Amino acid sequence: MLTVNNLTKIYDGNVLALDDVSFQAKDGEFLAIIGLSGSGKSTLLRCINRLIEPTSGQILWDGRDITAASSEELRTIRRKIGMVFQHFNLVHRSSVLTNVLAGRLGYVNPAMSLINRFPKEDIDKAIKQLERVGIADKAHQRADELSGGQQQRVGVARALIQDPEIILADEPVASLDPVLAHSIMRYLELINKEDGVTVLCSLHFLDLVHRYAHRVVALNEGKLVFEGLPEEIDDDMFKEIYGQEAERVG
Amino acid sequence: MKKPSNLWRSITLGLAVLAGLIVYAYGFQVTKVSLEETRSPRRQTQLIRIIRAIAQPDILEYQKQEFEVNAPIYVPCPSGDLNLPEPDRSGPYMVITPPCADPHAEINVEGFNFEPNTEGPIFFIPPSDVRLQMGNIQTDSSGHFTVTVTLPKRPSEELQHVLVITRRNVGAPYFTQTAKDTWDKIIETVFLALLATTIGTALAIPVSFFAARNLMRDVRSPLASISLSILAWPAGLLIGVQATRLVTNFSHMLTDNVALSVGGLFAGFLVAWFPARWALPQAEIQRPSTLMRLARLLALLIAAFSTILFLILFSNLIVSLGNVLAAHLSIFGFVGTFVSDLGEILSMVVVLIAAAAGGGALSSTAGRIGQFLNMRVSGATNRIISLILAGLAGATMLAIIGAVINWLYQIDNPIKTLWIPAGVGAVLGVILSSRAKEADTLPVGLSIYFIVRTILNSLRSIEPLIMVIVFAVWVGIGPFAGVLALSLHTIAALSKLYSEQVESILSGPLEAVTATGATRLQTIIYAVVPQIVPPYISFTMYRWDINVRMSTIIGFAGGGGIGFLLQQNINLLNYRAASAQMVAIAIVVASMDYLSSKMRERVV
Repeated sequence: MLTVNNLTKIYDGNVLALDDVSFQAKDGEFLAIIGLSGSGKSTLLRCINRLIEPTSGQILWDGRDITAASSEELRTIRRKIGMVFQHFNLVHRSSVLTNVLAGRLGYVNPAMSLINRFPKEDIDKAIKQLERVGIADKAHQRADELSGGQQQRVGVARALIQDPEIILADEPVASLDPVLAHSIMRYLELINKEDGVTVLCSLHFLDLVHRYAHRVVALNEGKLVFEGLPEEIDDDMFKEIYGQEAERVG
Repeated sequence: MKKPSNLWRSITLGLAVLAGLIVYAYGFQVTKVSLEETRSPRRQTQLIRIIRAIAQPDILEYQKQEFEVNAPIYVPCPSGDLNLPEPDRSGPYMVITPPCADPHAEINVEGFNFEPNTEGPIFFIPPSDVRLQMGNIQTDSSGHFTVTVTLPKRPSEELQHVLVITRRNVGAPYFTQTAKDTWDKIIETVFLALLATTIGTALAIPVSFFAARNLMRDVRSPLASISLSILAWPAGLLIGVQATRLVTNFSHMLTDNVALSVGGLFAGFLVAWFPARWALPQAEIQRPSTLMRLARLLALLIAAFSTILFLILFSNLIVSLGNVLAAHLSIFGFVGTFVSDLGEILSMVVVLIAAAAGGGALSSTAGRIGQFLNMRVSGATNRIISLILAGLAGATMLAIIGAVINWLYQIDNPIKTLWIPAGVGAVLGVILSSRAKEADTLPVGLSIYFIVRTILNSLRSIEPLIMVIVFAVWVGIGPFAGVLALSLHTIAALSKLYSEQVESILSGPLEAVTATGATRLQTIIYAVVPQIVPPYISFTMYRWDINVRMSTIIGFAGGGGIGFLLQQNINLLNYRAASAQMVAIAIVVASMDYLSSKMRERVV
């Protein structure tokens, strides 16, 4: 169970990104986070693994307070939280395999990993995850030689090799075309169903939300404006989330 | 927008032109532009002489053979008959008209059958056999010359002579001594640049991470943790140095005997390797218990001592090996000397490594304890602890600064250099601590960033030509001083360039690797390093290029290399030799330019 209590983030210069946000995500849930660009979706996801330090509020995960963890505890928390990014965030000049192995950095001995030595099991595991997302043959290519969809699969494999209990996906399909978008979303769905991993996924398109999410939270200008089932988003709710001018498409 | 009136525009333009005129007029005055000097004939002849000398670099020369041709003459004309022998017309000969003349008279000398296109002096030889030069001759393509010379005032009854000496090149050309010296020095120059670039790059890479804002910005710690780290650093340094001293003394028992020494080497390696492997497991799934942690700490300590022992024995062994090699390799003896030097460098570095490792380890442990205290202890206890720690840390820091000032200015007054700074530091620390809130963190990273940047900027503003003066005092005039000065400047300049590259990397991969639970060091290795390899190589090449240029003139200030020779020859007005060195510099710089641009193309 992941509980977010009264989370607030104020960036330098008094920009209020998150305003007293509270919600819960049950274990094994596929939770979609929707809202306009700049509504605080990315900030919210990054506060959960403290890539961004929250200004105030609490994030509890299975009784542990993430917001109060020391830097060493934070490392052990982070290694159980995989993250998938909109722009994939692969290291371009490294090989696909190295990019995936980077997901094990929280587990391996820091001294050995500095000279690029990973345990044999980890390498086998990396290959297995690449097989799972269907690009094992690309393992030794440079990451920037891959197409966008393939790069995002590497991103998913990197999150999977962490043996995560939560995956944070920050608009994982926003830079991909609709066909690729569905294929990536299906991998996330598979992970959610087969491995029982909790998925928190920010999304732009409502049809994707309806198709994949169990539950939805919606943000507008940093405030939580909706928490419920996807089917509950009617036209009024839609205007509440996306503004009065917005029109439903698709 | 309203268009300004034409009159106004003309006035501003006129004023601008006037201002420009005044600026340049003043410029002419202060730089003492003197057109008269440029026209002075005396200066012009000197200029022409130098330019001609420079155009003939002293690189090649020939073996010379001298030819002497005599012609008889009477000065003044005798009373009787002129009884002159006929010249031998089979070889080179001269005809003088008139065959006799008074002193100070002009005579015409014509030569035939000489070596074509040669030159040489023409002398008057009185009976005393001294040579009085009257001028020079220059033969044409058929070996013929005519010259009009004035006879000296040496009247005599006897037959006197006119002598022409021509020189002829014989055999193949060979390199002059200047060319050989220039070659030696240009080699020295290139290697000077190579060493300076290597040393500078090796040190600039780690420094550049500390000077990169995007890496240092997020490094923050609570005050208690910082205070403990500051307190632990000097203690750790001291422990490191002492440990090395202890192990060195112990190792002296082994070094007398080769077998013991080699055995110690292996034992040291094994005792360092296995505990370290055990204490640093490949992967860690569960958090270890406190007892386990203590056991690991002990194992790491043992491993650290064994590592020091291993390194000391290893360096001793290398020194001996180098000496043996140097004695037996004859021409390649320098390789042996190099190996032995490497051993000595290693033994010097061991102390530094041990000190740095001791300081780093102790201070990071202390920092963690500080963090732990900050998290676990709350309320009044925490406040008191952090007050005390901050006071102590402030006192230590300012006391160390006081010691440095004392060393520099030799004040030798402990009240001024120790107690007052310590007191002020303690007060500052307490004030800082009492103002900080419990959960506040201080931007340690940014402070380090600013300190490193300031040091680099001030180092960079000192030209290597000035740095070398200090180093020449330390290690003596010569290429080694040049290497040290150039290295220092390279560190400062490259760190700046490198750190700007680190600042311009994509932040996405950094974020992604941090999110996997990687440590800061792992993040740098996996997300930063792959991104900066191409620009780093490119900047290193660029710097190597600059260092080659720089090393050609660093000798002007005592830094060895070809500049030393060049300056000497300029001061001796030996422009042909200086020209040879300038040609060498031009060739080296141009080929380095070409090479480095080719290599940059290949890697980037």
